Amino acid sequence: MKKYIILPIVLIIAGAFFLISFKSKERAKEDLNIYKNLSGGGNTDLVLPAGFHASLIENNIGEARHIAVTKEGDIYVKLLYPKNGKGILFLKKTVGNKYQVSGFGNYGGTGILLNGGYLYASSNTTVYRYKLNDNDEVTDPEHPDVIVKGLIDRRQHNSKSLAMDNNGNLYVNIGAYSNSCQVEDRVPGSMGQKGCPILDSAGGIWQFKADKLNQTYGDGVRYATGIRNVVGLDWNNQSNSLYVMQMGRDQLHDLFPKYYNAEISALLPAECLYELHRGANAGFPYAYYDQIKKKYMLAPEYGGNGKIESNKNYLPPSLAFPGHLAPTAVLFYTGNQFPEKYKNGAFIAFHGSWNRSPEKQAGFFVVFAPFENGKPTGKWEIFANNFAGTKDVISPRNAKYRPCGLAQGPDGSLYVSDDTKGAIFKISYNK
Amino acid sequence: MKKGIFYVSILAIPLTVVSLGMKTSEPEKDESANRIQFVQKNKAGEKIFKQYCATCHQLDGGGVPNIAPPLIQTKYVLGDKNTLIHIVLNGFNEDVEIDNQHFSNPMPPFKSKLSDKDVANVLSYVRSSFGNDASAVTASEVKAIRSGK
Ligand code: HEC
Repeated sequence: MKKYIILPIVLIIAGAFFLISFKSKERAKEDLNIYKNLSGGGNTDLVLPAGFHASLIENNIGEARHIAVTKEGDIYVKLLYPKNGKGILFLKKTVGNKYQVSGFGNYGGTGILLNGGYLYASSNTTVYRYKLNDNDEVTDPEHPDVIVKGLIDRRQHNSKSLAMDNNGNLYVNIGAYSNSCQVEDRVPGSMGQKGCPILDSAGGIWQFKADKLNQTYGDGVRYATGIRNVVGLDWNNQSNSLYVMQMGRDQLHDLFPKYYNAEISALLPAECLYELHRGANAGFPYAYYDQIKKKYMLAPEYGGNGKIESNKNYLPPSLAFPGHLAPTAVLFYTGNQFPEKYKNGAFIAFHGSWNRSPEKQAGFFVVFAPFENGKPTGKWEIFANNFAGTKDVISPRNAKYRPCGLAQGPDGSLYVSDDTKGAIFKISYNK
Repeated sequence: MKKGIFYVSILAIPLTVVSLGMKTSEPEKDESANRIQFVQKNKAGEKIFKQYCATCHQLDGGGVPNIAPPLIQTKYVLGDKNTLIHIVLNGFNEDVEIDNQHFSNPMPPFKSKLSDKDVANVLSYVRSSFGNDASAVTASEVKAIRSGK
C-alpha cells in the first residue's frame, strides 16, 4: 500500500516546487482567471459588474465587425463579408427597442466611423466616405467618395481599421501580411527576412487626410511602424494621441519548439496597448514584448531564443495583456451614464484566441482600463465577460459570441458587436 | 486503499487490451496484423497532426472561423489525393471558398519539414478522422508528387 501513497506525495511536492519556481508565469495566467469579482448581467448570458445590464438588440445580421452609433441612436455596422450584397448595415431605431435593418455598400471589411457629417467605411483595400443628412442618414449610398485606395491586401491581416484625430487626419492600420516576416511564413524554423520588406507598405499605421479624394501610399505618411497588426484603435482627446492595440505574433512553440514550450507559447507574447506619436516603432518583426519579463525580447526569427533581450529602443507598451487574446476594438469612454471611474478610460474588446492549444482558448470578453490625464493607470479588469457562453472554449468555434467592435451611444450606453453570426449588445448602467 | 485500486486498474487496462488482442489475433493472423499496422500508422499520423497542423486546423479538425478551414468532409480532404498532397507539400494561399467560407491565413508548405512517409501518415490520419472516411495515402503517392511526376 505504501507505494500507492508515495506516488501522490511525490507528485504534490513536485507540483509545489513547480508552482513556486513558476510563480510569475502563474501570475500571468491568473490574469486569465476570468470569472473573479463579477456579478450577474441582465437578460443575456453576459457577466457584468454590479449595476450594469446588457440586452441583445439584434442577432444573426452577419459577421459584424466595427460599429458606429449616431446621435439619434441608430447603428451602422460593417460586415466582414457582404450579406445579400450589402456590406454596411443601417439599424434604424423604430418604436420600442426595435430596429429596422437596411443596407448598402457591396464590399466586406472592418472599419467604420462617424465624423464631421460623414460616415467613413473601409474594405480591405479602400477607405470610402458617405455624406450624411441632419438625421445621420447616408444621402447617396451608391456613390461614396474614395478617400484612400490601393492599400495592400495579401489576405493575412488585411482588415483596414480607422480612427480620426481633431485636425482632419485619418489613421488607417495596414497589417503585416505575415506572422513574423519569416522567409517562409509560418514554416517551423524558417528565419526572418533581412530588413523585413513588409514594413515598406504594411506593419504599421498610415496617416491620410480625411477630406482628400483618391489618396494612396504616396499621399500618406507612415505614421508608426513595427506594428504587426492592429484591428482596434481610437483617438484619445485628453492626451491628443492615437492609442492602438497590437495583435502579437503567433506560434512561438510551433515554429521554434527548442526555445519555447507549449505552455509559455500560450501566454507569450503580450497583446500590447501603444500610445503612438509620429515615428514610433514597436519592434515587429525583430522583437516582441514579454509581459512576464517586462522586456522586449529578440524574435527567434532574428536570433532570439526566449532569453535574449532586444538592444533597440522600441516603444514601451502602455499596457501589456496576456498573449493571443486578439484585441479587436478600443473605445475611450466619454459618456456620463457610467460611474465616474469609467470616464475617459478605455474599453477594449478581445475577440478570443485560437492559438493557445493545448491550453483552453481565452479572451471573448471586454476589458476596462482606467485612464488618468490621457494615460492608463496600469490597472485593468474584465468588464463584460462570457460572450463565449462557456468557460471551456477548446476551439474558438465553441464560443457562442465573439466581441469585435465597440461604440458609445448618445445616452452613454456601450454597444458591442459580435462577428460569429452577428449580434449587437447594448450595455447600460442603472445602479 | 481506493487509490491503490485505481493505479492497479490503470495498469490493468493496457494489459487486458494486449491479452485480448493476442487472443483474437490468432484465428485471422493476417487481417489483424494489417489492423495493428493501420492503428500504428494513425498514431504516427496523429502525432504529426498535433505537432504541425492542430494549431491552425484545431485538434478536432474543425478549423478557426475566417483564419483556417475545417478538415471535415471538405472537397480537398476527401477529393483528389494529388491535390491534397500538393497542398501539404507546397502550401496553399489562395482566395478560395471552403465550406462556403473564406480563410485569410496562409497554409505553410511542409516539404522541407515532413518526409514522404510523414505526409502519407498525417493525410491518412486526416482522411480517417473527424468524421472523414476516405482511403489512406501512401508514401509512394507522396513521393511521386514531390518529384513533380
Ligand atoms: C499556419 C496555419 C496552418 C497550418 C500549421 C496548417 N494549415 Fe492547412 N490550411 C491553412 C489555411 C489558412 C488553409 C486555407 C488556405 C487558403 O484558403 O488558401 C489551409 C488549407 C488546408 C487544406 C485544404 C483545405 C481544406 O480545409 O480542406 C488541407 C487539406 C490542409 N490545410 C491540411 C493541413 C495539414 C495536414 C497540416 C499539417 C501538416 C496543415 N494543414 C497545417 C492553415 C494551416
